[in-house]
Amino acid sequence: MDYFKAFIVGGLICVIGQILIDKTKLTSGRILVAFVCVGCILGGIGLYKPLVDFAGAGATVPITGFGYNLAKGVMSEVDNAGFLGIFTGGLKSAAGGISAAVVFSFLAALIFEPKGK
Amino acid sequence: MIITATEKEKKDYGELVKSVTPNSHIFKDCIKAFVSGGIICIAGQFITDICKNNGLSETDAGLVCSIILILASVILTGAGIYNKLGKFCGAGTIVPITGFANSVSSPAVEFKKEGLVFGIGAKMFAVAGPVIVYGTLSSFIVGLIYYF
Amino acid sequence: MDKRIGEQTVIFERPPVIISTASIAGEKEGDGPLKDYFDIITDDKNGRTSWEKAESKFMEDAIYKAVNKSGFSMTDMDYILAGDLLNQTAASIFGAREFKRPFLGLYGACSTMGEALGLGAMLVDGGFAKKVVASASSHFCSAERQFRFPLGLGTQRPLSSTWTVTGCGAAVISNEGIGPKIVSITTGKMVDMGVKDANNMGAAMAPAAADTIKEHLKARGKKISDFDVVATGDLGFTGLKLAKSLLENDGIATDGIFTDCGVEIFDRQRQDTHGGGSGCACSAITFCGYFYKLLMERKINNMLLVPTGALMSLTSSQQGETIPGIAHAVEIDMR
Repeated sequence: MDYFKAFIVGGLICVIGQILIDKTKLTSGRILVAFVCVGCILGGIGLYKPLVDFAGAGATVPITGFGYNLAKGVMSEVDNAGFLGIFTGGLKSAAGGISAAVVFSFLAALIFEPKGK
Repeated sequence: MIITATEKEKKDYGELVKSVTPNSHIFKDCIKAFVSGGIICIAGQFITDICKNNGLSETDAGLVCSIILILASVILTGAGIYNKLGKFCGAGTIVPITGFANSVSSPAVEFKKEGLVFGIGAKMFAVAGPVIVYGTLSSFIVGLIYYF
Repeated sequence: MDKRIGEQTVIFERPPVIISTASIAGEKEGDGPLKDYFDIITDDKNGRTSWEKAESKFMEDAIYKAVNKSGFSMTDMDYILAGDLLNQTAASIFGAREFKRPFLGLYGACSTMGEALGLGAMLVDGGFAKKVVASASSHFCSAERQFRFPLGLGTQRPLSSTWTVTGCGAAVISNEGIGPKIVSITTGKMVDMGVKDANNMGAAMAPAAADTIKEHLKARGKKISDFDVVATGDLGFTGLKLAKSLLENDGIATDGIFTDCGVEIFDRQRQDTHGGGSGCACSAITFCGYFYKLLMERKINNMLLVPTGALMSLTSSQQGETIPGIAHAVEIDMR
């Protein structure tokens, strides 16, 4: 059942992205930016958490989940560290993902040659 | 003479362009995005469940899941497979975290010819940089509002 | 005789002759309907380590081969006129570097071959040169990387977008010799109809193509059906349709063989290029490979080649500028 819910919710979030791509002239970079911001704001006002509770990875794997993570991180850091948490919380929670992307991408750049289409 | 086109001529031409320009097959695209995006999320759920069954906390399991998906995406990008998937799947491979990883690794591989620092280093976030910038800004705003 | 016969049109007193051409095509082009007409078909890396270096090598090889086929030597070439799509026309610079001949770098976006043939013919008929080489190149990968996204990025190309042709075409223009003659040229004006969509360049260029063709026909007192072939440069399917309807709206019949190099060069069903081909090499190799041979074999007797270009930069697009189009007509006659 968890897998079914993850499939449906994750798939639907992607469909929203697809409609934006086909209907507007948004490129993938802009889609990612929009989704991160939306995820973060929904996380901040408490609307994204119910979706995560319901769909699990269906809500956390899409990039909106990354935004939600930023919001969750900054709020818990504000609880723990007060005002300075506003500055540290967001990126702290994203550190794992960003570092992984940087390290793996760097290694990939060393290993792989650029390919044509 | 059409060179000094008036606003009306430009508008009329815009209409003409619209009428002959082919539209994307939005329904078909959406189905492909739905299925492929959904499958990536199932993979994510699978990894998360395994981590949790092995005693990782919810948060750590999520992080491990992200790292594994990012690794998979980076390898597929380097091998020249992710762009082919992306052509077919559209948003289904852009919106998940794997799409973010693809947008970090593809410029990194592509610009290696310009060197380690100003090639790989400077271009790595050419596409995904704005995601970090606006993600950080949104989290700052959320934190600020939450604090007060 | 007055060589200038219209606002934009020039007619040559002693029409310069295209005595030889060379065309180099990439893998995808070499798999298309025109594959038998290209001199060299090579992979997209062309034995080099980067796309940009590969493109320079295309340029070098095409110029070398065209000159070689002409029966003259490089030192007989009074000018090299070359252009491409890369910033600072890098492919041409590094492609022509070793030839040590007077070099004029050109930029006309995808219309560069029209610009090069036109200027070359004027230099020759004007008596400033006996022989010149005109050349233009583009490369899908180097162009994609410069103008759009890294190739590894998983994106979908819109159906209106065109596929940049990989290759290079070069032609030797001479004051005497055997071959099709450049009879007259019409240099295009920029035409901007407010199109901003860089994924629909055919739409940005079609008004310029229609404008130049109309101007050329008017100055020469001809009809489209007077030509065996009228071929625009890289409008693609969408742009060609637009150019035809713009001309017809102005009362110019587009009967006969009115086509586009970007439509001819790829197989629409099989090769998945969406809107057709584009880039400097699109008109350059379609002319130097395909049409030149048709002319030489007298399968066609004359043609109007109208390479088209979308004049823009990444910066101008990001700053919200529209995309002006340009088109240069080159009237070529075998008789």
